[in-house]
Amino acid sequence: MSPATARDEPIDRVAGLEETQRAFVVGVLAELSGLPGALLPILHAIQDGLGFVPPASVPLIAQALNISRADVHGVVTFYPHFRSTRAGRHVLRLCRAEACQAMGARALEARLRERLGIGLHETTADGAITLEPVYCLGNCACAPSLMVDGAVHARVGDAELDQLVAQCREA
Amino acid sequence: MRTATVYVPRDTTALACGAEAVARAIVAEAAARGFDVRVVRNGSRGLCWLEPLVEVATAQGRVGYGPVAAADVAGLFDAGFLHGAAHALALGAVEAIPYLASQQRLCFARNGVIDPLDLDDYAAHGGWKGLDAALALASADIVQAVLDSGLRGRGGAAFPAGIKWKTVLGTEAAQKYVVCNADEGDSGTFSDRMILEGDPFRLIEGMVIAGLATGATIGVVYLRSEYPLAFTLFREAITRARAAGWLGADIGGSGRAFDLDVRLGAGAYICGEETALLESLEGKRGQVRFKPPLPAIQGLFGQPTVINNVITFASVPDILVHGAAWYRDYGMGRSRGTLPIQLGGNIRRGGLVERAFGITLRELLYDYGGGSASGRPIRAVQVGGPLGAYLPEARFDTPLDYEAFAAIGAMLGHGGVVAFDDTVDMAGQARFAMEFCAIESCGKCTPCRIGSTRGVEVIDRIRASIDREKNIALLRSLSDTMLNGSLCALGGLTPYPVLSALDHFAEDFAARVARAVD
Repeated sequence: MSPATARDEPIDRVAGLEETQRAFVVGVLAELSGLPGALLPILHAIQDGLGFVPPASVPLIAQALNISRADVHGVVTFYPHFRSTRAGRHVLRLCRAEACQAMGARALEARLRERLGIGLHETTADGAITLEPVYCLGNCACAPSLMVDGAVHARVGDAELDQLVAQCREA
Repeated sequence: MRTATVYVPRDTTALACGAEAVARAIVAEAAARGFDVRVVRNGSRGLCWLEPLVEVATAQGRVGYGPVAAADVAGLFDAGFLHGAAHALALGAVEAIPYLASQQRLCFARNGVIDPLDLDDYAAHGGWKGLDAALALASADIVQAVLDSGLRGRGGAAFPAGIKWKTVLGTEAAQKYVVCNADEGDSGTFSDRMILEGDPFRLIEGMVIAGLATGATIGVVYLRSEYPLAFTLFREAITRARAAGWLGADIGGSGRAFDLDVRLGAGAYICGEETALLESLEGKRGQVRFKPPLPAIQGLFGQPTVINNVITFASVPDILVHGAAWYRDYGMGRSRGTLPIQLGGNIRRGGLVERAFGITLRELLYDYGGGSASGRPIRAVQVGGPLGAYLPEARFDTPLDYEAFAAIGAMLGHGGVVAFDDTVDMAGQARFAMEFCAIESCGKCTPCRIGSTRGVEVIDRIRASIDREKNIALLRSLSDTMLNGSLCALGGLTPYPVLSALDHFAEDFAARVARAVD
């Protein structure tokens, strides 16, 4: 079988993708594939819906946009926002940029790593928290900043950090 | 009974300081006490250290209280804040607060004043007047007004906006585009975010005018994914503007067409570089393009494209309303108009200061900023984001002007000013500049991709006192290669913070053992 026919196979079953995931991806592709420059909107929609961009969805996306799987993989892995594995229940994004550094972000990062027992881009063993770096949240006048599941917290001190971590572990 | 109007900002910084809980507490407390209160969710005034800044409309104008915590709300009601009564958190008339009263707010005139999503409020505060004026002009006359105003790109490169517009106008194509760079990735900057959250119709108006000026009928705003609130608010603003006929096939009943979309980035700093941004909008990796061709000739999807920063577009409506000469009268030298400066980092009164070019760093840091937040001496200031130079106190009297900054080996960039106190380790900051470049490099050119990683290693060796003099010479040589050999500003300007740290704070690169003995 030539690679060309493999690409043109019907896509009602995709190895490595749960049926609900496949249906979701197919729905996103049906809605957004016609946009000019559709790839980023598609990846955002998939990640917003599924929590990550499953590697097994890459061939579906490539086929819908008539580009190579390497093209899609290249884009997914170029952008730090997109993840190929599921995140923890909560995502902490700690700002590591200069304005926050000036207000103690380095010490905050050390404390966070120590409290969680993980490094950047890692998830705690209990699946509660994923720790990601971010380079500026636009809250530079009230630094240091930490984003917890999309909500920015200002002037985060040790006590608030510990409290936020405890809340994430419980919920 | 009179309905009292209370303003509680819906702005990222205000929310990060607890504004949502304050708004809820005000609604609950008013209900419990039987008061008729209308809560307006305005944008931020940019007095960030006072956030959440709650304002009350009184017969004497708007009176402020801040920073307000949810726990303060009952006490504010007890004191009678709905009538502007005295309270420990009372700030008096908001527009008389010296930090605000002494500014020259053009772009930010409406921020914090209006409900950002209320079209009537926008129109009542001068909205759409620039567009009305533009609709009465020929395209070439709009371009001429922008040229004559002296407006230069506010994203960082400071290229004259009118020249870009003129090039696009003069390039024939079936489809032209207006692209707004809202990928505000520079640390210490948040003015784009504040416009998107606090006065989004202003950006829409500026982009529609750019469309009329150049013959472009499609606009796209590329917004960073780190700004989810700005995305939500701006998307809603587009929907409302379109419903009211300010976007679409018949702008304001003129028969002219322009429509607008907003797209999200995905965490790549390099996409703030205009050609990488265009690649990203086309659905590709955000890799920098070779220039030429210029985006004004072959930009988005190969078509002529105006690409400017949020603040550039947001400056345009006033130029059309008041005329190029009026705008040009602000500023100094070849830096005309105003610059929204963002004060951040270790600063007591951080926030947004919009002033004509020419104000000095010292005025910003002390008159506005009130010195450091920690109370310690300010030792270094980084101006212009992560690619900007670190300046010592000896440079604090430099006026904010593109050429004056270039003359001292620095740049204004997007107007971010980040203060550090005397606990800062400047060798560590230099290392971070290289580390950041290594993380964010798009990988297309070698000086940036490899040079940044080698830069981290060399600085590590210097800090460890391994062949210090030789490694400092190597770092300077590497910086020279990056400065002159990189394809874009990321690799090309990363040496600015590195070399400025080395030149102005050489003692921090001395052997650490020796410092510990001191």
